[in-house]
Amino acid sequence: SVSHSQITRLYSRFTSLDKGENGTLSREDFQRIPELAINPLGDRIINAFFPEGEDQVNFRGFMRTLAHFRPIEDNEKSKDQNGPEPLNSRSNKLHFAFRLYDLDKDDKISRDELLQVLRMMVGVNISDEQLGSIADRTIQEADQDGDSAISFAEFVKVVLEKVDVEQKMSIRFLH
Amino acid sequence: MFLLLPFDSLVVNLLGISITVLFTLLLVFIIVPAIFGVSFGIRKVYMKTLLKIFQWATLRIERGAKEKNHPLYKPYVNGIIAKEPMSLEEEIKEIRRSGSGKALDTPEFELSDIFYFCRKGIETIMDDEVTKRFSAEELESWNLLSRTNYNFHYISLRLTVLWGLGMLIRYCFLLPLRIALAFTGISLLVTGTTVVGYLPNGRCKEFLSKHVHLMCYRICVRALTAIITYHDRENRPRNGGICVANHTSPIDVIILASDGYYAMVGQVHGGLMGVIQRAMVKACPHVWFERSEVKDRHLVAKRLTEHVQDKSKLPILIFPEGTCINNTSVMMFKKGSFEIGATVYPVAIKYDPQFGDAFWNSSKYGMVTYLLRMMTSWAIVCSVWYLPPMTRQPEEDAVQFANRVKSAIARQGGLVDLLWDGGLKREKVKDTFKEEQQKLYSKMIVGNHEDRSRS
Repeated sequence: SVSHSQITRLYSRFTSLDKGENGTLSREDFQRIPELAINPLGDRIINAFFPEGEDQVNFRGFMRTLAHFRPIEDNEKSKDQNGPEPLNSRSNKLHFAFRLYDLDKDDKISRDELLQVLRMMVGVNISDEQLGSIADRTIQEADQDGDSAISFAEFVKVVLEKVDVEQKMSIRFLH
Repeated sequence: MFLLLPFDSLVVNLLGISITVLFTLLLVFIIVPAIFGVSFGIRKVYMKTLLKIFQWATLRIERGAKEKNHPLYKPYVNGIIAKEPMSLEEEIKEIRRSGSGKALDTPEFELSDIFYFCRKGIETIMDDEVTKRFSAEELESWNLLSRTNYNFHYISLRLTVLWGLGMLIRYCFLLPLRIALAFTGISLLVTGTTVVGYLPNGRCKEFLSKHVHLMCYRICVRALTAIITYHDRENRPRNGGICVANHTSPIDVIILASDGYYAMVGQVHGGLMGVIQRAMVKACPHVWFERSEVKDRHLVAKRLTEHVQDKSKLPILIFPEGTCINNTSVMMFKKGSFEIGATVYPVAIKYDPQFGDAFWNSSKYGMVTYLLRMMTSWAIVCSVWYLPPMTRQPEEDAVQFANRVKSAIARQGGLVDLLWDGGLKREKVKDTFKEEQQKLYSKMIVGNHEDRSRS
């Protein structure tokens, strides 16, 4: 589990972002971070912190979302086989990334959703036609049950072939 | 009329005597040395004593924490998470390569690319390079000020008594002393410069003006108990040049102006500041702009150019960051001062936050609160380095020159050199930066135009 000093540090960070000093963060509080504001998927990432229909996130919710990014090695220390799956398991990390694509949360990435996210990532630098063909090719390669959309299982198959998820979706504390 | 008991007259007498004694001491030990620019060395002894006390206090807190078996909160200045300083291109290539082991040189889109943006985003949420520059630096050891204590659960009785004593000394002895000195310094400045202003222009006026300015700034330095170490004084700015420095607080001006004679640049203020500004400009030509003129960059550049071209005029003092930064980094220098073609004399100012943090967090504290905080700290300790003069080379433009000067200052002061604009304290970041990121990524999935025409 997360160490005492790591929680203290993240709480210190939470309070420094909380300009309104009311114990919760709003979307504007996140957008005030310049390096996040210039991230093309900044808004999607900020969205991941807010549960359905809510505009404020408290420290607990903040930690829950960040917990997805703990390195998997930490789990070796607390071998709780019968408990619920930890938030930073490989499957949950993949789920987090999948939800960045899945705009309407129907557990499928449709062509439309893929196009929208691609448009966020490339801005005005690529034409609609070219972006469309990129989306089509991606869906074609990943889709196995022929529904012209990418389910979570199909997503996992494509990604795991090429990427070390544990390493790329983990953030290590320095101390 | 009310009865005056004999006791009251005793109190009045006592008060009168102590005030006289105080003022005599003030005059002899502080004001007279300030006028002549010498020092008794009292402040250095004070600083050494304080350091010993702080070390003891920190050890006590560590002992207290160990007894209770709790880990101590130690702030880390270099960031709390491990970040890899790779470019967008390198990181995405790494991601694409990490699983399969084969190198992908052809530009194309991968579903896994999202991992890069996702992790980068979460990293900046946990710890970013910019927002932490706009709040005071955290200290590693405690300096007996309640404003900097994060481990107050572990303070023993002895430490609390010491802290209480410290507070008594700071608020009841040091604060009135400092306010008296500040009052003296400012009123001497206003009256002195006004009087000198009546003299006819010439060598006498210049000489007197210089010494009035220096004397009053030195008194103000003592009003803050500022202990300043100047390095490389042979590089001090000369007439016709521009002195640029990193900006942490309004005190920077007092620190530099007590060791050299500068022409100030700034906006006209109302109130006390306005009175001081109007008086100062009578004795020597400072450059004050009206609020409306500040926005007109052309006009500002013209007036500054006129000033530097006149070799008899004093070097201009400018802070190109445009806002106060917390002295752990140097942020973007505005290019205006680097376009006018004068010799630039860079100066690096580094404060030691242990004795009192000089950073002015203008969104948290107004000017008066800030000055009060300064005057109730132990001392303001800083080092000033005068760097060798720099001029713009023919092959670089104003922005590159500004960055070169900024790097030199950052290197000398041991500060982090950032490209981010200090204006981000209040404003949102420009969309152009996001567009740059999008452009870089587009190249990774479709390549450049030449590649497209080939396929």
